[in-house]
Amino acid sequence: MKTKNKSIDYSKWGYIFILPFFISFFIFSFIPLADTIRYSFFEYYRSGIKEIGPNFVGMANYKNLLASDMLKYAGNTLILWVIGFIPQIVIALMLAAWFVDARLKIRGQQFFKVVIYLPNLIMASAFAMLFFTLFSTNGPVNGMLMSIGITKEPIDFTGTVFGTRSLVGLMNFLMWFGNTTIMLMAAIMGISADIFEASEIDGCNSIQRFFKITLPLIRPILAYTLITSIIGGLQMFDVPQILTNGQGSPDRTSTTLIMFLNNHLKSRNYGMAGALSVYLFIVSGILCFFVYRMTNNEDPDGSKAAAKKAKKAQRRG
Amino acid sequence: MKKKYISVLLMAALAAGTLSGCGSTPGSSGNSGGTSGTNSGSSGGGSTEEGKVINIYSWNTEFSERLQAVYPEVKETSSDGTVTTLNDGTEIHWIINPNQDGVYQQKLDEALLNQASAADDDKVDIFLSETDYVNKYTDADAGAAIPLEELGINPDTDLADQYEFTKVTASDVNGVQRGSTWQCCPGLLVYRRDIAKDVFGTDDPEKVGEKVKDWDIMEKTAEELKAKGYYTFSSYADTFRLFSNSISEPWVKSGETTIKVDQKIMDWIDMSKKWLDLGYLDKTVKGQFNSDWNQAMGSKSKVFAFLFPAWGIDFNLKDNWDGKDGAWAVTNPPQEYNWGGSYVHACTGTDNPEHVKDIILAVTANKDNLLKISKEYLDFTNTKSGMQEAAEDDKSYASDFLGGQNTFKYFTPVAENITIAPLSSYDQGCVELIQNAFSDYFQGQIDFDKAKSNFETAIIERYPELTEVQWAQ
Repeated sequence: MKTKNKSIDYSKWGYIFILPFFISFFIFSFIPLADTIRYSFFEYYRSGIKEIGPNFVGMANYKNLLASDMLKYAGNTLILWVIGFIPQIVIALMLAAWFVDARLKIRGQQFFKVVIYLPNLIMASAFAMLFFTLFSTNGPVNGMLMSIGITKEPIDFTGTVFGTRSLVGLMNFLMWFGNTTIMLMAAIMGISADIFEASEIDGCNSIQRFFKITLPLIRPILAYTLITSIIGGLQMFDVPQILTNGQGSPDRTSTTLIMFLNNHLKSRNYGMAGALSVYLFIVSGILCFFVYRMTNNEDPDGSKAAAKKAKKAQRRG
Repeated sequence: MKKKYISVLLMAALAAGTLSGCGSTPGSSGNSGGTSGTNSGSSGGGSTEEGKVINIYSWNTEFSERLQAVYPEVKETSSDGTVTTLNDGTEIHWIINPNQDGVYQQKLDEALLNQASAADDDKVDIFLSETDYVNKYTDADAGAAIPLEELGINPDTDLADQYEFTKVTASDVNGVQRGSTWQCCPGLLVYRRDIAKDVFGTDDPEKVGEKVKDWDIMEKTAEELKAKGYYTFSSYADTFRLFSNSISEPWVKSGETTIKVDQKIMDWIDMSKKWLDLGYLDKTVKGQFNSDWNQAMGSKSKVFAFLFPAWGIDFNLKDNWDGKDGAWAVTNPPQEYNWGGSYVHACTGTDNPEHVKDIILAVTANKDNLLKISKEYLDFTNTKSGMQEAAEDDKSYASDFLGGQNTFKYFTPVAENITIAPLSSYDQGCVELIQNAFSDYFQGQIDFDKAKSNFETAIIERYPELTEVQWAQ
């Protein structure tokens, strides 16, 4: 027996090295997570400085949440995310394709890369504060518009649903498109130059090259961008929170799910907030699953499906 | 296949990890109600030995400055202002957390929950509260603040010179006083002299006072101001305190779970909508304490007047005014009101009851000390006889900013006529959320019923124990 096991086993070192992560994950993420789920079945909040609960109430918190405006806030969150994400991915793809294109030879690439990444370095809350000041009714943007003569009365940007949502979308777009561009550029550069060359020899134009070669080959990175963006979108809160002073105004149309959660946490309502977190957890779990299925397509070029079809046709024939 | 499941699991764990931060769990579960009903230890009085450290919770240095200015036992204060040493060697530790976003109350609440188990020198001895949430801490069931009588202060004799409404504010439902204040915050109408001259032909406070003495006359005055292109007030929030201070029943009666929106609040909603539509208020200013509101106090603004107590004139108006001194003047408001005020409470479980008693008496009940505070900090202080003297004494109490006016002359009659609105522990949320909810209605974004239902949603989110909202009318 002993003689058989001659190779040295290093695997325990692997476990030892990843241990710190799992310990800290267990303490700082897993226990709070389990507690959150546990409290979601309890009535547990603070009234003034008196603590109420925890009393076990079963699924009552979940039912109350469904009866409340939760779905409306989920819709708000989705809209705000889409408004920011669509321009973000389109512009990022375009910029990435241009920057990488060997034939365009854009000058000052490094400079532009830094500039488009810069907004991401500012804290979201500071960025929202800046926009809040810029676009306030007596702010500099209105001052400029009025002195150019575009409008006579100051425009109440944050007073309308359209204005507020566009501003939130614009901010999310500005903050994240640089980051996405850099990521997509890395992905495009990872594509072998041979393929591009071959396509050129075959007479591909640049549009065909983009849609037939670049896009399919960077699909895993695109999907990664999508996942991180969805998770980030679900958690969106600092930008609308600060832009609307925490009110989600007007008419609560810019209240996101996390702002809704925070409203419950103002009264330390751990039960209700816990239930909402569990809902969010389930939704993000489902989203992750879909995206995962999409990216881990085992049939990237469609050859397997074609083979299946052929087989079927054969059988019939 | 196995690999696939593991990666799905990891991905889910990642998502869970990122989300779990939001639903954070309570840090100190399990010691609920630690402070309630344990106020026996403190009532012993002078016979027990006093602790070496007095911990005072506050949201700014206001109380610390005033205590250092008037408390004779103060020996020195460290250069960073966090520790004040008294003559007998006892140290006062100032624990200051900002009021913004409820940070102060959060920290104080944590400390109060841990009060019973804390070491003697870490116990909270004195804490401060504002009118908006004073009721949360003076609540008899919560028992966070010691009744003054248990400390050895008799409100009827020791605090006889205080304004009655400040004593009512600091009392629980049974009428037991559990706090005391050095300041009183009667409010006035502060107006721009140049606008008054332009519209009324005079800037004399007496004559302008006639023009604004009640709401009906005020409305006619507003029409005059509008004809010349001026706004009467900056925002609908400016008038809110005048109405919310005169409600006849508390927002939520003790022991009930129904919010009653008073007729006065409905009146405020009606008036605000009407005035905003008629152009008496500046449409671009939404709410208070934001940059638009601050700009409305500048020299380029078209706003005629603000409604402010002494602190508002001193902090907000003075800071935002960019012209010369003497451009503003005060006169009587259309309705007597009170806005703000900091209350000093002895905390249940304190190990320094004698010092605490001494400090409360020195800073809130000693007339000479209070007059000194009035002179140095322009506070309207809590001494009836002292304020009457100040109202007569134009020389020592003239304000340069208001062109040499003696503000106490105007504050004193207001203070004497204030009847404080009945308080509840839910006031802060009600006051804040009703203004937010109806702000959309005033701007014309939603209709009246939608604003009502938005308020109902928001208030029950904030206070889950409340069940329904009843509207007057």
